[in-house]
Amino acid sequence: MAMLDIDNLHAKIEGEDGREILKGLSLKVNPGEVHAIMGPNGSGKSTLSYILAGKEDYEVTEGSVTLDGENLLEMEIDERAAKGVFLAFQYPIEVPGVATMTFLRSALNAQRKKRGEEEISTPDFLRLVKAKAAGLGISQDMLKRGVNVGFSGGEKKRAEILQMAILEPKIAILDETDSGLDIDALKIVSEGVNALRSPDRGMIVITHYQRLLNHIVPDFVHVMNNGRIVRSGGKELALELEANGYAEYQQDAA
Amino acid sequence: MRTPAEQGLSGELKKLSATGGARIVALREAAAKAFNDNGLPHRRVEEWKYTDLRTLVREALPISTPAQSVVVEAHARLLVDTEVRRIVVANGAVVPELSGFADLEPGLSIQPLAQALAAGSDVVTRLGSLEPGRYDAVLALNTALAVDGVVIAVAPGTVIERPIHVAHVFSGKAAASFARNLVVLGEGASLTYAESFEGPEGAAYQVNSATEFVVADASSLDVVRVQEEGASAIHLSTLLFEVGKDVKLNAFGFTSGAAVSRTSLYARLIGADSAVSFNGALLLKDRQHADSTLFVDHQTTGCESRELFKHVLDDSSRGVFQGKIVVRQPAQKTDGRMMSRALILGDDAEMDNKPELEIFADDVACGHGATCGAIDDDLLFYLRARGIPLKEAQSLLVQAFVGEAIETVANDALRDALVERAETWLKARA
Repeated sequence: MAMLDIDNLHAKIEGEDGREILKGLSLKVNPGEVHAIMGPNGSGKSTLSYILAGKEDYEVTEGSVTLDGENLLEMEIDERAAKGVFLAFQYPIEVPGVATMTFLRSALNAQRKKRGEEEISTPDFLRLVKAKAAGLGISQDMLKRGVNVGFSGGEKKRAEILQMAILEPKIAILDETDSGLDIDALKIVSEGVNALRSPDRGMIVITHYQRLLNHIVPDFVHVMNNGRIVRSGGKELALELEANGYAEYQQDAA
Repeated sequence: MRTPAEQGLSGELKKLSATGGARIVALREAAAKAFNDNGLPHRRVEEWKYTDLRTLVREALPISTPAQSVVVEAHARLLVDTEVRRIVVANGAVVPELSGFADLEPGLSIQPLAQALAAGSDVVTRLGSLEPGRYDAVLALNTALAVDGVVIAVAPGTVIERPIHVAHVFSGKAAASFARNLVVLGEGASLTYAESFEGPEGAAYQVNSATEFVVADASSLDVVRVQEEGASAIHLSTLLFEVGKDVKLNAFGFTSGAAVSRTSLYARLIGADSAVSFNGALLLKDRQHADSTLFVDHQTTGCESRELFKHVLDDSSRGVFQGKIVVRQPAQKTDGRMMSRALILGDDAEMDNKPELEIFADDVACGHGATCGAIDDDLLFYLRARGIPLKEAQSLLVQAFVGEAIETVANDALRDALVERAETWLKARA
C-alpha cells in the first residue's frame, strides 16, 4: 500500500451551488518519491493541496485519501500535520505579533505532544533552528520578527522550507513554491527542498513551469486538467509539456 | 423620579467628612449638591449612552469599612512578583502595615490622603484642581465621599526608577468603596505609576476610584492600570491629567474584571510639544460590560496624542470605546490619532465605537479608525496546518492582537506582567 493514497477524489467548493473542482483524481505516493503535478490555471492543483491539508472551504463528495492506511479526510487540520502532512503555501500568510521562533516552537511541540513525544528543550530547539536557518540564508532578525511579516516573496518561501525542515513531515506538498522567485532564490529554495529528500519522505511538487523541475528533479510527472490527472510519466514529460504546452489536454477535456 | 440607588447615595451625601480644610470641604459640598441636582447618568446623556448607570447601579451599598490587613494581604495578588514599591489600599483606605512608605528615594513623597488632608500638606492644594468643569456623576460621588487614597509627589528633576504600585483591594461583604489619589510630578521629574484593582469573585461590591495626575513641564510619566475586579463587581474610575509642555506621558490600561466597568479619562494638554498616548487592552467574557471613554483636550500647539484600544470580546460581553479629541483654536500643529480594534470571539458579543473629533484649529493632522472582526480564518488555517491545535492557535492570535497594545508599556517588568495576565485569561478560556 502506498504511503499516501488518493483514490477517485471528487470535491467541490463548500455550499449549495459549490462548483465541482476535483473530478475523480487518483494518485499514489510512496516513501522516497517526488511527484510533480503540472497543469494549467484552474485545473485544481491548489485545491488538491488545500484538501490534503484540511482547509474547510471544500467538501469531498466521493473518493478517499489515506496516509499509511488511515483516513486523512476525517482528521482535524492540526492532526494531519502531526501525522506528517506539510503544505508549503503558495502565498505564505503574515502573522503579525507571533514571532517566528514562537510559532516554530509551538508547532513543533504541538506535533510532538500529539504523537506522545516529549517537548523539545530550549537549547535543543535553538540549535536545531540555527542549523537549519543558516543553510537557507535566514537571519536571526527574521526569526525574531512576526511570522512572514515584512519578508520579501523569496524570504517567505525560504521560511516555508525552514518550517518544513524543522517539522520533518512524511509527505510534503509544495504549492507553486517557485512562484515569485528570481533565479537565485529559486536555487536556494530548491537546494533546501533537495536537502529534505529522503527515503522516508514523499513529496508532491505543484508547479506551472518546468523550470523548477530542473532543480528539483521529480521521479514522476503528472498532468492535471479539469480536476483529474490526465497523463502520467517520468521526468521527461515535463520537457514535453514545456515544448508543447497544455493545449492538447485542454482539448481532450472539452 | 429618583431611583433607590440615587436616594441611597443622597443619604450618604448627608454625612460628608469635615477634614481637609475649608477648600476641600467646599469641594465635597459642591460635588454632593451637583449629585443631588443631577443624579446618576442614563442612556439619554450622550457620554453615558452605552453605560446607563441608572439601570446598572440598582442599589446604593453601604460605604465600606476597613478590612483586616491579614485578609487584605492574602487577597492582594496582582503584580506581587513585579519589582515595585507597593502601597496597599483596602476598601478605600491605605493599609500602612502592608505599604512601603519607608526608605523613599530622595525627592519622593508618598502619604495617605487622609493623613495629607489632616496635616494640610502643600501638595493637597492640587486636589480637585483637575476636575473637568462639568458634571460627571461618578467623579462627583468620588469627590464628595472619598476620604483616603494615595498622594505622591516627585520633586522637580527627580527620576524615580522603581515603579510605584498602588494596589487597590476589596475584601469583605458587598459595599461601596471610594478612593482618591493624587500624583504630582515636578518639572523634569520621571515616574512609573501602576494601579491595580481586585476583589472577591462572588461579591457584588462597588469601587469608585479617581486619580489626578499633575504632569509638569518636561516630565515623563508612565501609568499602568490593571483592573481585575471580581466578576460581580461594578468598577467606576476616573483618570484626570493636566499635561505641561515637553511632557512624555504614556498610560495603559488592562481590563479583564468586573461585571460592569467604566473608565473616564480626561486629559488637558496645556503646554506645547508634549507627546501623550492612552492605550488599552480589554479581555471580556460572559456578560461583562466595559466602557472606556476618553476626552483629550488639545489647548495649545504642537502636541501629539495617540490612542490605541484593543478589545477581545467572548461570549455575550460588550465593549464600549468613546474617544473624543478636541483641538482648540490655538492648538495648531496638533497631531492626534485614535484607533480602536475589536476581536469578536463570542456569537453574542458587541462592540460600540464612538470616535469624535472637534477641531477648531486649521493646521492639524487628526484621524481615527475603528475595526471589528472575528479571528481571520486564513491565519487560523495556517497555524493549524503546522500542527497547532485550534484553541492554541486562537490563543496565539489573540495574544498577538492585544500584544500590540501591551507593547506600548515601557517598563519591562510591568509589560511582562501584563503579557502574563493576558495569558492567564486565555488559559482560563481554553
